[in-house]
Amino acid sequence: MLRRTFPPNLPLLARALSCLGVAVALAASSSICVAQNTPLISGGVGFFSQTTGGQTLLYPTIEPVLVDPIGNQLLIESRASLFEFFSEKGAGRSGYNMSHFIGLTYLQADIVASRHLTVVLGDYLIPFNTYNDRLSPIWISNFQDGPLIANLSFTSSGSGLGEMVSGNAMERKNYSIDYNVYYSVRSSNEQFSASHGIGGRSSLHLPRQRLELGLSYNRLMQDTHENFYGAHAWWEPEGTAFRFRSEYGRGHHADGYWVEADYRTQAFGGLNSAVGRIEPVLRFQQTFRRDNVVSDGLPAVNTQQMDFGLDYNLPHNTRILTSYARQFSATKDVNVWETGIVYRFLFPAWKGKQP
Amino acid sequence: MNGKQLILGTGLLALVCGLPTAAQQNSAHDTKAASHLTDGKQSSKDDKQDEGQRIFAQRCSNCHNAPEGFSPRISGTVVRHMRVRALLSQHEEEELLRFFNP
Repeated sequence: MLRRTFPPNLPLLARALSCLGVAVALAASSSICVAQNTPLISGGVGFFSQTTGGQTLLYPTIEPVLVDPIGNQLLIESRASLFEFFSEKGAGRSGYNMSHFIGLTYLQADIVASRHLTVVLGDYLIPFNTYNDRLSPIWISNFQDGPLIANLSFTSSGSGLGEMVSGNAMERKNYSIDYNVYYSVRSSNEQFSASHGIGGRSSLHLPRQRLELGLSYNRLMQDTHENFYGAHAWWEPEGTAFRFRSEYGRGHHADGYWVEADYRTQAFGGLNSAVGRIEPVLRFQQTFRRDNVVSDGLPAVNTQQMDFGLDYNLPHNTRILTSYARQFSATKDVNVWETGIVYRFLFPAWKGKQP
Repeated sequence: MNGKQLILGTGLLALVCGLPTAAQQNSAHDTKAASHLTDGKQSSKDDKQDEGQRIFAQRCSNCHNAPEGFSPRISGTVVRHMRVRALLSQHEEEELLRFFNP
């Protein structure tokens, strides 16, 4: 399974580039006035291979991010995805089929209204659980493919179109609470497809325990009108490079969870030593279907999957990702082998002034 | 089958290497923290740096690895972007900005 499912669509190139062009023009116009708030271009470029049940898929990809602050309270940001897919023809035939996809992942304006409130307008990533808006970029994910429940509650895009309010609700010495509340209209536009719905997420951060606990809710207000519930728990013990992440998601007809842990040792010269750059990753996930109605993005049958990953963090923001997964389901058990390399870039989009 | 054994072996090796390391790291961190507590001459500037570093560890590197440096021209943009994406408080935003621009 890929991180997200994109239908190959050639004519989108011109529209996506024109949207990015407008954003870059905004970046250029606003960069002159604020020295340290120069617009930036970030993102990742990668090359991945995935072999599922003997079928190999190769896909080079670029995910650029543009961030442009305008004045002291406004931020324009956008992320795009450019994929090229090479899939084996199979059925005894040699060679590969080729297709590609280009499109905007999100394009939003962030207005910092007060110390506790940010208003987001436009096409934004839906903050249901944590994977979609926090872990899905290719330079962040520990595995190439997302968890089985990553698409729970979403239609195809994983983004909403409309308004979202978010921010830090309260901060004390021992805890802080943040929130997102969003409303999305229905849209069938190729670049800004979205479902009509509402939802939100709230997270409790405990800095001493290095713990984050959160709850999510999403209600689709079109077609089947389903409610979805989510919960997540993250733990990163102080003084270690160990991370534990987990999520649970539940819909009307199915539910599931994933648990992931990764670790880097500092015992052999620190994180930047040859050994410290090695990052073993484990992930276990299960989905359960309660009836035969498949309307939620989860597998049609009960599925279990164990992922073993071994990543290597090269110098200069480059990561090698490798993993093996065994997926068990009522229909078929398959092996999934994945390898890839990702380079993360981050630089000013404009010369600006020296600080 | 060989592939599975290789992966399992690697995972177990990493676990065995990692467990004592975690204990050492906690110990090293505690020692550092203790020295800070007993050092009455610790400057407020260093405290601010520590606060920014703590916030960075808690709110930034829990999602992603730290980038290997970036131009100071975009430090304000990076921090404001993270305020929106990571839902940082105003205090956390200010401390992070100070951490990136000591």
